[in-house]
Amino acid sequence: MTYPEVFILQATGTNRDPDTAYAIEAAGGRPRILHVNELRATPAELDRAQMLVLPGGFSYGDALGAGRLWATDLRWLFQDVLAAFIEAGKPVIGICNGFQALVKSGWLPGPPDGTARATLTRNLSNRFECRWVWLAPNAESPCVFTQGLTVPITCPVAHGEGRFVTRDDATLDELTSKGQVALSYIQADGGSPTYPDNPNGSIANIAGICNERGNVFGLMPHPEDHVRPIQSPRRSQSYQEGLTLTLFQRGIAFAAEV
Amino acid sequence: MGEGGFLNTTFRVEVFWHSGTDGRATELLSQMTHLGIQSVTDLAVINLYFLRGTLTTAEMDTLAQALLADPVVEGFRWDILSAEGETSGDAESASSHAIEVTFHPGVTDPVAGHLLHRAQLLGITTLEAATTGTRYVLSGDLAPDDLQRIAAELLCNPVIQSYTLGRLSPAFVPEAAPSSAVEIVPIRELDDVALAELSVARILFLSLPEMQAIRQEYRELDRDPTDVELETLAQTWSEHCLHKTFKAQINYRWEGGMARVLSVPQDALSPNGSEVIHSLIQTYLREVTDQLAKPWVRSAFVDNAGIIEFDDAFELSFKAETHNHPSALEPFGGANTGVGGVIRDVMGVSARPIANTDVLCFAPLDMPAERIPGGTLHPRRIARGVVAGVEDYGNKMGIPTVNGAILYDEDYVANPLVYCGCVGIAPTGTHRRNPRPDDYVVVLGGRTGRDGLHGATFSSAELTHETGTTVGSVVQIGDPITEKATLEAIIQARDEGLYTAITDCGAGGLSSAVGEMGEHVGVDVDLEHVPLKYPGLRPWEIWLSEAQERMVLAVPEANLGRLGEICRTYDVEWTAIGRFTGDARLHVRYGDKPVADLPMQFLHNGWPHCTLEAVWSPPELPLPSLPDTGLSRVRDMAPLLLRALAHPDVASKESVIRRYDHEVQGATVGKPIVGIVADGPSDAAVLKPLMTAGYRGLALGCGINPHYGRVDPYAMAWATIDEAMRNVVCVGADPDRVALLDNFCWGNPALPDRLGGLVRAAQGCHDAALAYGAPFISGKDSLNNEFVDAQGAKRTIPPTLLISSIAIVPDVRKTATMDLKAAGDALYLVGETRAELGGSLYHRLHNGLSGTPPAPVANALETFRALHRAIAAGKVRAVHDLSEGGLAVAASEMCIAGRMGMKLSLAGMVRADDVQDDATALFAESSARFLVEVAPEAASEFEFLLKGCPWAEIGTVSEQLTLEIKGIWNESVLEVPVLDLVQAWKHTEIV
Repeated sequence: MTYPEVFILQATGTNRDPDTAYAIEAAGGRPRILHVNELRATPAELDRAQMLVLPGGFSYGDALGAGRLWATDLRWLFQDVLAAFIEAGKPVIGICNGFQALVKSGWLPGPPDGTARATLTRNLSNRFECRWVWLAPNAESPCVFTQGLTVPITCPVAHGEGRFVTRDDATLDELTSKGQVALSYIQADGGSPTYPDNPNGSIANIAGICNERGNVFGLMPHPEDHVRPIQSPRRSQSYQEGLTLTLFQRGIAFAAEV
Repeated sequence: MGEGGFLNTTFRVEVFWHSGTDGRATELLSQMTHLGIQSVTDLAVINLYFLRGTLTTAEMDTLAQALLADPVVEGFRWDILSAEGETSGDAESASSHAIEVTFHPGVTDPVAGHLLHRAQLLGITTLEAATTGTRYVLSGDLAPDDLQRIAAELLCNPVIQSYTLGRLSPAFVPEAAPSSAVEIVPIRELDDVALAELSVARILFLSLPEMQAIRQEYRELDRDPTDVELETLAQTWSEHCLHKTFKAQINYRWEGGMARVLSVPQDALSPNGSEVIHSLIQTYLREVTDQLAKPWVRSAFVDNAGIIEFDDAFELSFKAETHNHPSALEPFGGANTGVGGVIRDVMGVSARPIANTDVLCFAPLDMPAERIPGGTLHPRRIARGVVAGVEDYGNKMGIPTVNGAILYDEDYVANPLVYCGCVGIAPTGTHRRNPRPDDYVVVLGGRTGRDGLHGATFSSAELTHETGTTVGSVVQIGDPITEKATLEAIIQARDEGLYTAITDCGAGGLSSAVGEMGEHVGVDVDLEHVPLKYPGLRPWEIWLSEAQERMVLAVPEANLGRLGEICRTYDVEWTAIGRFTGDARLHVRYGDKPVADLPMQFLHNGWPHCTLEAVWSPPELPLPSLPDTGLSRVRDMAPLLLRALAHPDVASKESVIRRYDHEVQGATVGKPIVGIVADGPSDAAVLKPLMTAGYRGLALGCGINPHYGRVDPYAMAWATIDEAMRNVVCVGADPDRVALLDNFCWGNPALPDRLGGLVRAAQGCHDAALAYGAPFISGKDSLNNEFVDAQGAKRTIPPTLLISSIAIVPDVRKTATMDLKAAGDALYLVGETRAELGGSLYHRLHNGLSGTPPAPVANALETFRALHRAIAAGKVRAVHDLSEGGLAVAASEMCIAGRMGMKLSLAGMVRADDVQDDATALFAESSARFLVEVAPEAASEFEFLLKGCPWAEIGTVSEQLTLEIKGIWNESVLEVPVLDLVQAWKHTEIV
């Protein structure tokens, strides 16, 4: 058994990097938290990583929109190394703010061709909200983090700008038909959700999407905060299922093979 | 346009939403109806950016597309401001009106700073300055007066912003030359009248004896003070920094009221008498900690935060602060910087923050406008701004906000209370606190600006209807991301052992931080090195600025290089501004020019201790107008219960709790809201930090009840400590491992009745904490929470004591929550119910306060220990403490959280002889009581574990979704569907 090296790219203002490192370790990876400024000094260092995580938080205070400035880092500082990393088929996951950065830099839904096809904008409630949600995996998705996952999983969301919208209906149809909608909000009993089970008003209840190839994945909820049963609000009802640790385990298992 | 683009031009960019409903507009429209303005039919919210520089059209488009507008949902347009700063006239019409709002120049605006930096990254080097604003376009038939009201009461706060009807002219921070101007203030020749005038004119808020002491010192020095020295003395001697009242001699008289219970249950002190108290803090607070001498207390009352042992490897720190006056003037900024400030206290003991708490006191949101004094903001606006400020800072720092409370009382109308707490964790023994001669004074983090001047002195004075206009500069907006970056740099520096001492820059700024750090060593500082937000600050302004997000470190020369590398990685600015000396003097220079030279001895110990008068007697209080039940002992309690649940003090706080990230850091194993659909009010939060081994955790709780304070502050202190203890016990904490924080918010201590109440509260803290074996590890007082209106009438807040508790949970798998779990389970009422309704919710619902407040409970700690053993043994399915609203509210909340019913019969409950009616049995607020759910198979063991404690089995969890209660005379008093309880409890406006 090898322990793939997983880089967690820290930007000024990201804050779930320690949670993510804990989850990576629990899932069998070797986490290394690397600040944008460190990677900027030696971009080639990214080659060493077998998987990349963009963690949650408020990069640069979400000034000018959530993930916006971090996205300019990705586009203007790391375009080449990131393209090579993704081209090599290595897995990338962006969580919450990291998802926002991947979308706003064009890597999701991808490829980044300079046009904005989708975005994550202010929740319909116009509020930051922290609550646990249920997520259904899409069996048709090529996403390497959800593949083979058949049962719903659960973890918290904590965001104010998580409403996924596409530029037009055609984009949504395309994402759907290519299986790029990897995770959707559902009701606890499996039914179709309304607010608050869909906490932000995302179209088609989309919680997470991947690129066509399936190795770049982003989601608004925080799988890194449900890696142990004691973190669940439902342990008093002795529900133990739905650990989102499984996403990291799948990603890391895939990374070990690339 | 030439090839070089528009030369030295100011561009105006509008970014507008084009994708259906805009939540910002929806929310503002609903708030306009609260103002009584119904005629706005539509609203557009547009972000404004003003960019100054030499830029081409292509560059402007690039900036707008890459940075300003989100093309999927937003559009943009830009044009050029004319030389006069005005663009072509606004497209106004009779039915379309524009209001534009912008920050005053110099108010923290991180967006503008990011814009300049990012433009560079995009290869645009000619952008020189940026500011931001918001444009609101309102449709509808609006009178000019309505527009002014919407602008002034909803969209703009003149303390930090300005507005224009129509297009605004952007204001950039004006250019200014560096200033070394120092004023010599002639003081030696002033008479007492002139001394007092000087104190007022310079916003020093020093008393005459203090001014006299300064005059005497300078007569001996044979010179006059500089403005830097005078400001330094005023700050160091401010109530806020020095806590003069808590250290003063107090001549105290008391006449009646509940007798002190010195050590439960034997001695009690006479209800009348007088005594001389030397220092409240020493006599009543530190004394408890000293006497209890708990080996797990690592630092109490010495550092920026109290420190206790967590396990073999880690220590916990905890501090709570208030930010009341700033929040009264600028609710968002006041609360925002309050949170930021207490986080820095925890950083100041070298710890990583792991949890925030917040307790807020507002006037009722529906308080009629005519009762709101002039010069104060509407409670709805204060509440909304404060919650947004707490949310912004805590969430962006990535610290879970896990515990708190919100209370309402009309006497908070001009003076809301904002308590902010922060818990930190650090590897044992890594905090360093001894600067050495020759170490460098390093300031790290945010830059220094004119913000927050006189914060320390101003917070020590009463507010008036004019405060907002006279000391507007005291209020600031925080920049949490700068603090987050600073935190990461400091933790790294701590782990590498790079500093010898650390403290935060809080009230009093560098003056306070450097002055205190160098108290025993002496220090020499050059203000010219301090990095400024903008030039032109005078030396005293640099020295006293309370600009946020700054920390001060003492760093040996050999470590400066490595510290610099760390700071570069984390985007943190750092500067060495001086050195520690060894001569025990405070030297402050601006370049070569000395601007202050004071002996530390005079600065820190030269203040004249004052003597204060205090008197306490039971106040006259309104009698409740209780219903006359005639000959019947029984009445239907359901309507009253529903009113109790809908009362804003009791009603669900879920909408606020969810705006705070309470899951970040992955440690929140006991959630602030619990139950089958996660909407029940948890008693306390439980954390199990990811970095620690095993299953040991910590619980955070609090107690607060100003209504008891109106009746008797002594009783309030006992009840509040009991509540803070029983909250954490409910979630599995060990009652013998609880540490407490005290936070007093009081009126003007120069008034003997206010101070008398404060003495009684401090005595209650002392007597109760000793009885419960719970040491105080830190505390803070905020006095002068009074408002003087335009007519000169004073209005004080109710005496308000917050007790925060931090406790060890031996095993986080052995905890309990408050939601009902299973039909058929037994329900036990633990503790004795007494006819204690003074200050109760029941009396308040009947427009009264008078009566007996909750009295000390002799065997409370024994009950807590027994309950803890039962929880740890897994014999408790659910437990909830009884507080405001007593048994009736606690039972309802358990039903709501579990969406299950209860059948209760109160005939067998443990009650004192004076409980002779069902209303008292249901609504009395006696301390040390719990309602406990126990599975039938665990009942006998539970009863065995509770042996010797007062308890009675009073009912069962029922299959029906109904709360049914039979009273003490065995007749039905209440039968309410649980969904009606939910309905009543969840639909009160709380923010």
